[in-house]
Amino acid sequence: MAELTYREAIARGIAQEMRRDESVLFLGEDVGAAGGVFKGTVGLFEEFGPVRVRDTPISEQAILGAAMGAAMTGLRPIAEIMFADFFAVCWDIVANEIAKSRYMTNGQMSFPLVIRSGNGGGLRFGAQHSQSVENWAMMIPGLKVVVPSSPRDVIGLMAAAVRDDDPVVFLESKALYPTKGEVPDGEIVDALGTAAVLRHGSDATIATLGLMVPRALAAAEELAAGGIDCTVIDVRSLIPLDTQTILRETSATGRLFTVEENPRVLGWGAEVASIVAEEAFFDLDGPVVRITTPHIPLPAADALEDMALPSVERIATTIHKAMNS
Amino acid sequence: MTTTEASPVHDVDFKLELYRSQVALRRFESRAYDLFLENYVKGTSHLSIGQEAIAAGVAAAMRPDDWTFATYRGHAHTLARGVAMTPVFAELMGRANGLMAGKGGSMHLTSVEHGVMGSYAIIGAHLPIACGAAWSAQYRGTDQVAVAFFGDGTVNIGAFHEALNFAAIWKLPVVFICENNLYMEYTRTSEVTAVAHPAADRAVAYGLEPILVDGNDADAVYEIARTAIERARAGGGPSLIEAETYRHGGHSRADPGKYRPDEEVALWKSAERDPVSRYRTRLLELGVEEATLVRIEADVDAEVDAATEAAKAGAAPGEDLLMKDVWANGGAEWRN
Repeated sequence: MAELTYREAIARGIAQEMRRDESVLFLGEDVGAAGGVFKGTVGLFEEFGPVRVRDTPISEQAILGAAMGAAMTGLRPIAEIMFADFFAVCWDIVANEIAKSRYMTNGQMSFPLVIRSGNGGGLRFGAQHSQSVENWAMMIPGLKVVVPSSPRDVIGLMAAAVRDDDPVVFLESKALYPTKGEVPDGEIVDALGTAAVLRHGSDATIATLGLMVPRALAAAEELAAGGIDCTVIDVRSLIPLDTQTILRETSATGRLFTVEENPRVLGWGAEVASIVAEEAFFDLDGPVVRITTPHIPLPAADALEDMALPSVERIATTIHKAMNS
Repeated sequence: MTTTEASPVHDVDFKLELYRSQVALRRFESRAYDLFLENYVKGTSHLSIGQEAIAAGVAAAMRPDDWTFATYRGHAHTLARGVAMTPVFAELMGRANGLMAGKGGSMHLTSVEHGVMGSYAIIGAHLPIACGAAWSAQYRGTDQVAVAFFGDGTVNIGAFHEALNFAAIWKLPVVFICENNLYMEYTRTSEVTAVAHPAADRAVAYGLEPILVDGNDADAVYEIARTAIERARAGGGPSLIEAETYRHGGHSRADPGKYRPDEEVALWKSAERDPVSRYRTRLLELGVEEATLVRIEADVDAEVDAATEAAKAGAAPGEDLLMKDVWANGGAEWRN
C-alpha cells in the first residue's frame, strides 16, 4: 500500500499496461520528455522511449486519427487530448469515425483504444479549458466512458480501458490531480460498468462522479450531523452504466440525488433520473433531484466558478431542503 | 522519383488486366446508376465514372496486404482491390448479402480481408486514420503501406493538413492520392482554392515533392503509385500525388452536374480523354486483337449481370442485425 496522487496514478496506470503489452502505445501533445502539461505522464518517456511514447504536433484530428488507424490494425493506443474542451476540434474522429465504424462495417473492425483527457473545472481556467464533457461522449453510441475519482480507480479503470476491445473515453478530473489516496501494491485491474458504493446510509442516495465525489462525501458527512444519512455512489462508468447498483441503492433509501459537474441540460443525471423514474418509481418517496452546474459557460473568476460548480454547501443544502419539504 | 526495378507496365498481359479492371469499374458504376433509376438503390451514391484509371492503376501497384482508405466515392477503390461485385451491389441495395450486411451503405464500403479499411464520408477524416495504420505498420515492422484516396475538395479541410504534417514528421509509409476532378461538389475547385494545383502546390509545405500525374492514364498512374508505394515501403516516408481527372456525372445521385459547361463535359468524355477509351485505343495500337478486348468486355458484362441478379436475390437484413456489433462482444448493451 502506498499513497499516490491522482496525477501519479495516471503514469502508474499507463506504465502498468505498457509493461504488460507491447501493443500499447501512448501519444499526445507534450506527453514525452515534458511529462504532460499536468505532469500526469512523468517517467513514461524515460521508461518506454520515444517509439512507444510519442510527442505529437498540436493536431487533435491527427492524434485521434492515428489512434484509430493503429487500433484497427492491431495496436492498443492510448491517446491524450490535453483538455477535454479540445474534443470539439476532433469530434468528427471520435463521434463519426471511431464510434461508428465497428457497427457500420458489420463488425469487421475493432477499436481497442483509450482517449484520456483532462476534464472539468475548479482551476479557474475559464470557459474553454474547464468544461465537463462526459455527457458529450455518453450520448454517442459506440463509445465507452469512464471518470475515475481516486488514484486507485485511475489505475484500475485505466487497465480495464486499455484491455477492453472497444474505444474508451477516459476523463480525468483536472482538479483532482493533486489529491492523494491509498493505492494497493501490485497490478490493479478494474471492470468497466461497475459503480462503487462509497458510503452507506438509510435516508437518501447520492449518485455522483469525478470531482463531485469528494464533495458529495463531504456533504454526506454534514448531512449526517443533521440527521440525514446518505448512501454515496461513485458511478465511475457512464457507458456501460451500472444501473443495477443505482436502482438498488435508490430503492433502499427511497430518494435519489444526482450531483453532476456537467451543465444542466442533458447531463448524465438526466438519463439516470429517467431510468429511475421508469424502473423504480414505486420505491421513491419523493422526486429525483439533480444538482448540477447551471446551463452556462463556465466563468473564470474564482468567485464565479465556485458559484457555478456544485459545492459541498450547495449539495448539502439542496438535499436538506428536499428531504424536509 | 525513380523506380527501383523493371516495371511490369510494359507487359501486355499486365495491361490487359488493367484494362479489365477499368472496364469492370466502369460497367459496375453504370449498372449502379441504372439501379438507382430503378429504385433498387436507395439513399445517395457517388459514382467514379470517368475516374477509373486512378483506382485501377493504384490498386495494381499495391501488395495484397497494403491498405486502402477510400472516400464516400469508393465503389471503384473497393472493387479494384478484388472485392466481388455481388456484395457491393447488395450493399448498395441494402441487402443482407451486402458487404456489410447493409449496415454501412454506399458511402462506407469496407472489406478488411481485401485491405479495404473503410470508405469515409466525412471529408478528410480518413487521412489521419490512414496515418494511424501506417504508424502501426512502421511500429510493427510489417512493410505494409497505407494509401488514402481523396478528392480535390479535401485539400481545404484541416484534417488534410494535420495528416500531411503528421505523416511527414513521423516519416510514415502512407501515400496520399488526390483525385482532382476539378469540382469539389458543385463548385469549381479553382474558385475556392488559393493555389492552381490543389494538392501538388501544397506538397512543399510538408517537405514533399509536388507530384502531378494524368489521372486518366492508368499506366501513368500505376507507375507513379508504384514508385511512391515502394518508397514508402522502403522507409522513405509519405508521398502526395495529384491525379487530374474528371467525373462524367454529377457529384451524387441527386446532382445532374449542370454547373459544368457542356463543352468541358464533352471534352472529358471524348475518346481522347476518357480513360477507358484511351486505354482501349492504346492496346489496339500495341497490336492487341480487338476480339480479345471484346471478350474481356463481354466477360465483365456477364459478371455485372450475374452480380446484379445475385444481389437482388438477397433478403433484407433481419432484426438480428440491428442491435449487433456496436461493441466488440457483438452486442449493443450499454447498461446492466
